[in-house]
Amino acid sequence: MENRINRLFKEKPNNILSVYFTAGFPQLNDTEEIIVELEKSGADLIEIGIPFSDPVADGPTIQKSSDKALKNGMSIKLLFEQLKDIRRHVKLPLVLMGYFNNVLQYGVEDFCRKANEIGIDGIILPDLPLEVYENEYRPFFEQNNLRNIFLITPQTSEARIRKIDALSNGFIYMVSSSSTTGAKSNVTEQQEAYFKRIQGMNLKNPRLVGFGISNNTTFVNSCRYSNGAIVGSAFIKALSDEGSISQNVKKFIDLIHSSEENK
Amino acid sequence: MSYHVDQNGYYGRFGGAFIPEMMYPNVDELRNRYREIIESEEFRKEYTDLLRDYVGRPSPLYYSNRLSQQYEAQIYLKREDLNHTGSHKINNTVGQILLAKRLGKQRIIAETGAGQHGVATATVCAREGLQCIVYMGALDVSRQAPNVEKMKMLGAEVRPVYSGNQTLKDATNEAIRDWINNPEDTHYIIGSVVGPHPYPDMVARFQAVISEEMRQQLKEKTGSELPNAVIACVGGGSNAAGAFYHFLDDEEVKLIAVEAAGKGVDTNESAATTALGKTGVLHGSKSLLMQTEDGQVIEPYSISAGLDYPGIGPMHANLYETGRAKFMSVTDEETLEAAYNLTEKEGIIPALESAHALAALEKLKFDQDEVVVVNISGRGDKDMETYLKHFRAKQ
Repeated sequence: MENRINRLFKEKPNNILSVYFTAGFPQLNDTEEIIVELEKSGADLIEIGIPFSDPVADGPTIQKSSDKALKNGMSIKLLFEQLKDIRRHVKLPLVLMGYFNNVLQYGVEDFCRKANEIGIDGIILPDLPLEVYENEYRPFFEQNNLRNIFLITPQTSEARIRKIDALSNGFIYMVSSSSTTGAKSNVTEQQEAYFKRIQGMNLKNPRLVGFGISNNTTFVNSCRYSNGAIVGSAFIKALSDEGSISQNVKKFIDLIHSSEENK
Repeated sequence: MSYHVDQNGYYGRFGGAFIPEMMYPNVDELRNRYREIIESEEFRKEYTDLLRDYVGRPSPLYYSNRLSQQYEAQIYLKREDLNHTGSHKINNTVGQILLAKRLGKQRIIAETGAGQHGVATATVCAREGLQCIVYMGALDVSRQAPNVEKMKMLGAEVRPVYSGNQTLKDATNEAIRDWINNPEDTHYIIGSVVGPHPYPDMVARFQAVISEEMRQQLKEKTGSELPNAVIACVGGGSNAAGAFYHFLDDEEVKLIAVEAAGKGVDTNESAATTALGKTGVLHGSKSLLMQTEDGQVIEPYSISAGLDYPGIGPMHANLYETGRAKFMSVTDEETLEAAYNLTEKEGIIPALESAHALAALEKLKFDQDEVVVVNISGRGDKDMETYLKHFRAKQ
């Protein structure tokens, strides 16, 4: 079967909205409902976060959601259990995102096999280095039809971006500015220059911009130079609002899409 | 077998650089340049001069008559407690600040547990006129108040960290986040032999002066450069790395690493990583780590803030796994007894961390003529409140 990530970028090359949430937050068993509501509300891709006790790449919002999820009892084992029938209800590409230590303890090969069984399409492990992936784990990902997604930042050298592009076959996660995760209010000129520079490299992989995307303006500006954008912290804040998951998800996705030019 | 780092940044199967891409340029720059910089003659001279004239090195190797009688062996104390700022931590911060200057960095960040590394960092930043920000767990801020005041007087900004257990691990997380958010102008002075390659090797090299001096001093005092055993405490493991470094390849020298058992290794309140940990990845390297079955890091516990860390440096994990070093642990209670014993017998008040190394003497058996060096990594000024509380309780 064609990987759903690849199919998505073929069918919709622009304005892709990818949404991250932490599994087990706000409540332990919200995972499936959040995914289903995201699909209904018009998200294009979903990143399911595996909470870790020491998330060094994350800002306060995702740190807090991870703490809460762990207190609620979330684990990879439980997440796989919650997701086992997800493909009966959801067609969107699904990506698991987390820190390497949790996957290492589960067993990298078992993790990849189980993810594929469930119908996961890609994996993002920001602290799994490119070289270690290439030398030790790549076959597990490839045998299980999983796309490993790498990050690049404004400081990543051109040679390294080329190497990442060569090793990738899903999409490249463009970190908008060198920072931990969390909302920023706008896209700066410096960031635009970086987006344009990467756009000009004619990479073979599509690119999604993440970190600091929180509203329609940042989404639209990011989409101008890439295939779409990823929201995380802003969505997690929205999930904490009063109201049902269904209402909060719909309200949030509508907000991101609220400008005419994206319709 | 080599116990040193290989060209890929590994000690056996431990080490590496498990870092998010946001940190890659800084860590890569360090990896490419640290050897060339710190091995240059010009750097060596400035570093050595500062260690002598500013830190007060060489630190004495003191023969303890009364501990030797008590433990029926030839006991020497390596007096890192006499260094400027009161611990071995300054050896590393002097080295790293000179390195940071050569990398053109303007802003220095550090994590600290007991505050000794924070003070040592604030000190060298004051001397160089560089901005200094120290991350410290909120719990440690309250239990190491004198060091917090010192850092402030030295011009550093101390940022309390409220995440997790509010101790050293959490301070390290926050320092890493700061570095991710400030990728251009900042150097992160890690205080122990932890973190992504090249930190474990770089910090070990800066601390290696401890064992380099020991060899010369032992030669003068005993006629041989080699002791029978070296004992040091291990949190992350920087003082032990320095005390072991120049003996690693002399297999006849027993290396003894002492971890903090806290209230006991089977009590859930412990920081004895080799007893309780398994292979894991934290703070950028693969090592032994105290963690749950799911890979969530377990909050450690020790009476000593400097040993209150859930992992050990990858070099030590390899020394443990290969059997090159013997690892043992001592409890809070045994540590306090050992601190009082040294104070009473020698008039030296050791840091709680160093008292762990001393407590190991109670559990080891040596021959009368065997030469044993205990590394006194720091002095006990910062721990007076804990000592007094214990002392009053005993009376």
